[in-house]
Amino acid sequence: MASYKTNEFKGGLKIMLDGDPYTIVENEFVKPGKGQAFNRVKVRNLKTGRVVEKTFKSGDSVEAADVHETDLQYLYNDGEMWHFMDTETFEQIGADAAAVGDAAKWLKEQDLCKVTLYNGAPLSVDPPNFVVLTITETDPGLRGDTATGGTKPATLETGAVVNVPLFLEAGEMIRVDTRSGEYLSRAKEA
Amino acid sequence: MTRDDPWRPCADHTALRARARLLAELRAFFAARGVLEVETPVLSAAANPDPAIEPLHLQADLTGTGARRWFLQTSPELPMKRLLAAGSGPIYQVCKVFRADECGRRHHPEFSLLEWYRPGFPLEDLMDEVAALVRRLLSRPALPIERLRYRDLFLDTLGIDPWTATPAQLRSVAATRGIAGAGELALDTDGWLDLLLSHCLEPHLGRGRLTFVQDYPPSQAALARVLPGPRPVARRFEVYLAGMELANGFDELLDAAEQRRRFRGNQVRRAAHDQCPVSPDERFLAALEAGLPPCAGVALGLDRLLMCALGAERIDAVLTFSADRA
Repeated sequence: MASYKTNEFKGGLKIMLDGDPYTIVENEFVKPGKGQAFNRVKVRNLKTGRVVEKTFKSGDSVEAADVHETDLQYLYNDGEMWHFMDTETFEQIGADAAAVGDAAKWLKEQDLCKVTLYNGAPLSVDPPNFVVLTITETDPGLRGDTATGGTKPATLETGAVVNVPLFLEAGEMIRVDTRSGEYLSRAKEA
Repeated sequence: MTRDDPWRPCADHTALRARARLLAELRAFFAARGVLEVETPVLSAAANPDPAIEPLHLQADLTGTGARRWFLQTSPELPMKRLLAAGSGPIYQVCKVFRADECGRRHHPEFSLLEWYRPGFPLEDLMDEVAALVRRLLSRPALPIERLRYRDLFLDTLGIDPWTATPAQLRSVAATRGIAGAGELALDTDGWLDLLLSHCLEPHLGRGRLTFVQDYPPSQAALARVLPGPRPVARRFEVYLAGMELANGFDELLDAAEQRRRFRGNQVRRAAHDQCPVSPDERFLAALEAGLPPCAGVALGLDRLLMCALGAERIDAVLTFSADRA
């Protein structure tokens, strides 16, 4: 089994602790000049997102977590699982609601997503930073009102609700930043 | 910031100038006190076998007698003591030292050390001299000075006696003090004491003052003399400023037989932990046998002192080129 020694610790390293995969957020080397050295780390549980602290004796080894990120194309949702495909190997893989989480409301067929795999199975899904989605429902637009800066809620084809300018109509496509959930601009096509 | 280009120095111009001024000031300080500046080899055939310090080494033929292992100095202590035994009188050195695997916010595998020795000085006088030097180098003539005993520090802050506490008691203090993962650490008594010192005590030491911690458990004597008695103490001190260890001083061990015994203990420990073997420095031991004058000595980390002078959070900020740009 692969393992890391404490002198390999750095931000982003994926390790196993108490049976769960973690990523190192911060690593601090602590050592009295004439004494035992320690690595004090902040780690994030990749399943729960919780950040905890942990102290290791320097020189100790920790099991490596089989975690890596890959770009996969979102195909469809069958009501229970979200299915993704590797566009090079055409291999398909299903992610459950726990892995997809909040990303679900941004997922549109054929978009490329960053999928984190743990022991080959999806652990988390990050939607693209920017997506183009069609408005399915919103209050009627106020024509010509491009100046007042007011907004109204609009429901998108994926179910997400974002605030959009008053002049937009159902059926129009818009560009959204998925990290902030904010409307960016009108879009002509995806 | 263009300083992110890897060809550029890590330190800004202020830090470079502060380093130059620090070196000039400390040389003036020691010149005025009649302490001689010396140099000793960076590469040595022998090294200090202290298991807490891992030396770097290389293979080379430096003497025309074939390739062999040479150690980069982890401190200039052993050759400087050979100079003292040869009658040098008070000496100091500013040099680069190297320690494998020490890398972090306050550690860098290559760093600058100021080390000096005072024949005839009791440990207290050397502590006074350290205080005078630090006050001068930081231009803080009124910096308050505090002296604590290692035992009192643990008793007053953690309620345990480091001379009698068992590893199990120390582990439970570490756990109640919130050191995450303490329950799973496998440490001996000194390891637990180091954990508590570095995690719970050190961050509060030297706040707005220069704190000296003195009189260590005999198991942590390193190269210091141990005062016998019902509760033997190692005549050693550490200096802290702004929650950071700056210097380590000894009332130097003079007894060659005792030194040989400690080196042997170090070697056994190194072997048990699969550390690189370091054979005892016979030339240093011969110098002790010839007679080291009673003396006190101290090593002070210059990069950390610069961090304090400049309020730097990371040692990289005061290094001209850190290892990843060297």
